[in-house]
Amino acid sequence: MYSEKVMEHFKNPQNMGEIPNADGVGTVGNPTCGDLMTMYIKVKDDHIEDVKFKTYGCGAAIATSSMTTELAKGKTLDEAMKITRASVADSLGGLPAVKMHCSNLAADALHAAIDDYKQKEKCKGEVGK
Amino acid sequence: MASQRKICMDYSAGKPVDQRVIEEMLPYLNLRFGNPSSLHALGQEAKQGLEKSREKVASLINAEKSETIIFTSGATESNNLAIKGIANRNKSHGTKILTSSIEHMSVVNPCKLMIRNGFQVVFLPVDSSGLLDLEKLKAELDDQTTLVSIVCANSEIGTIQPIKEISKIVHEKKIYLHVDATSAAGQIPIDVQDENIDLLTMSSNDMYGPKGVGALYIKSGTSIEPTTQGGGQERGLRSGTENMPGIVGFGEAAEISKLEMTNESRRLTTLRNDLIKGLIDPIPNSYLNGHPTQRLPDNVSVRYSYIEGESILLSLDILGVYASSGSACAAKTLQPSHVLLALGLQPEDAHGSLMLTLGKESTQHDVDYLKSIVPSIVNRLREMSPLTPKELKK
Repeated sequence: MYSEKVMEHFKNPQNMGEIPNADGVGTVGNPTCGDLMTMYIKVKDDHIEDVKFKTYGCGAAIATSSMTTELAKGKTLDEAMKITRASVADSLGGLPAVKMHCSNLAADALHAAIDDYKQKEKCKGEVGK
Repeated sequence: MASQRKICMDYSAGKPVDQRVIEEMLPYLNLRFGNPSSLHALGQEAKQGLEKSREKVASLINAEKSETIIFTSGATESNNLAIKGIANRNKSHGTKILTSSIEHMSVVNPCKLMIRNGFQVVFLPVDSSGLLDLEKLKAELDDQTTLVSIVCANSEIGTIQPIKEISKIVHEKKIYLHVDATSAAGQIPIDVQDENIDLLTMSSNDMYGPKGVGALYIKSGTSIEPTTQGGGQERGLRSGTENMPGIVGFGEAAEISKLEMTNESRRLTTLRNDLIKGLIDPIPNSYLNGHPTQRLPDNVSVRYSYIEGESILLSLDILGVYASSGSACAAKTLQPSHVLLALGLQPEDAHGSLMLTLGKESTQHDVDYLKSIVPSIVNRLREMSPLTPKELKK
C-alpha cells in the first residue's frame, strides 16, 4: 500500500519531538478524524533553523510529518511556505489516493507554525514602537 | 537479514483451507465433474456428494432435516436471502424489521435497501460490552414486525449474544428470527432446534473450508422468497449450478469443526485470555473491546488511547504480524467501525483499536511474541503523539 520511502520515514521518523521555546507552533487536524499534527519551528535570520513534529495518526500522517521537517530545515520562511501537500507526497514517492487529503496535513501544520511566528514578530514590533 | 517468521493474527479476514478439506474437494474439480441436476450416473455421483455435504452441515447445527440447508456463495448471500426473502414474502403481514447496531455490512446494507423499499428498520442498541438491549427489543416488537435479524457473535468484538433468550422473546409473537452465525458456527455449539432459530447464516471459510461458499438454514415451513431466479436448484431458493468442489469442502469442514470444536475452543480460549492480559495489563490506558467472558474463543479486541490503529498495524506488519483495526484510517470508507461506535466509544477511541483473531495455527509462542512487541509499539507511537499526557511519557 505504501511506498518504500513512506515506510522508511514511518520506521525512522526524522525530527520527532517538541522544541521547548519554539518561535512558532502550528497544529492542524482533529483526533475525531484520526489525524492531529503539531509543528514547532525555531527561526534565525529568516531561516528555519530547527523544526520538530508531534503526530497522532496513520502511517501516512507520520511519514508526511517527518518528510516535511526534512524539506523545511534550513529553508527561508518564504521557501518553506512553498512546500505543499503535493510536494511532500512527491518527495515520498507518492501516497495512496485515499490518504492524499486526510493524512497529508503536515505542510499545513508547517505553514501554521510560520504564520504563528510572523504573528508573534508583528506583535513584538508593535510593542517596540 | 534472516527471513522472519510471519504470524497471522487476522484469521477472521481469511482462513487457510484444512488439508483434509482440500483432499475431499479435489476429485470434484475433475473426476467427479458432473452436474447434480443430471439424471445419468455422473450427475448422480455429484448429487450424492451434494446431499452428503448437506447432511454434514445440517448436523453441525443439529438441523431437523438436511433439506433445511440451502447452499449459497457465502455468508453475504445468505444474509441477503434471509432478510429480503423473509421481509418481501411476508410484507402483507407487516413491514418492520428489527436488527442490532453491531451487524455485519451484509446485514446492514440489505436492511438499508429495505428502508428504501418502504420498510421500517430499527437498529437496536447494545450495551458497552456489545450485548443486545433485550428491553428495547421487547419494546420494539409489534404487530408490524415480521423479522428479527441478530448476529450470533460479532467478529470485531467477539461478544456472543444470548440467542436462546432472544429467541424466546421474538417467538412470543409470530415473528421470524434470523441469526447471522458467520463467525460463531464451527467455533461454538449451535443447536437451531434447542435455540428455536428460524434462519441461520453460515460461512465455509470461517470453518477452514474454501471461500465462496456458505449456507442458510431455513426451518421447515418457513415462508421465504428467493432472491435469485433460474433453474430452481436448492429447492428453488438459490438457482444456479451448485459449486460442487466448494460445497463438498464446506461439508468436510463442518464435519471436522463438529468433531474438534470442544478441544479447539478450549485451546483458543486459554490463548485468548493470556493474550488479552498481556496486551492490557502492562500498558496504561488500554481497554478490552467486547465482553470479557461471553466472547468468541478466537477474538482479541483491544484499544489504546492517544494512538491510531493503522500505525499499530503497520508497526506489527514490519515485525511480521498480520492484524486488523477498526480505525477509520485502516478502512476504505475512512469511517471508524460502526460496531465500535455502537459500544458508545468516541471516534478517537475507536481509532486506537487493535483486533486480533487466533486460528488453528496459532501457538503460545505467537502469543508470547505479541506480548513482547506490542507494549513497545504503543510506547513509540505515544511518544510521537501530541495527545499523550506528559505523565505517560518516560
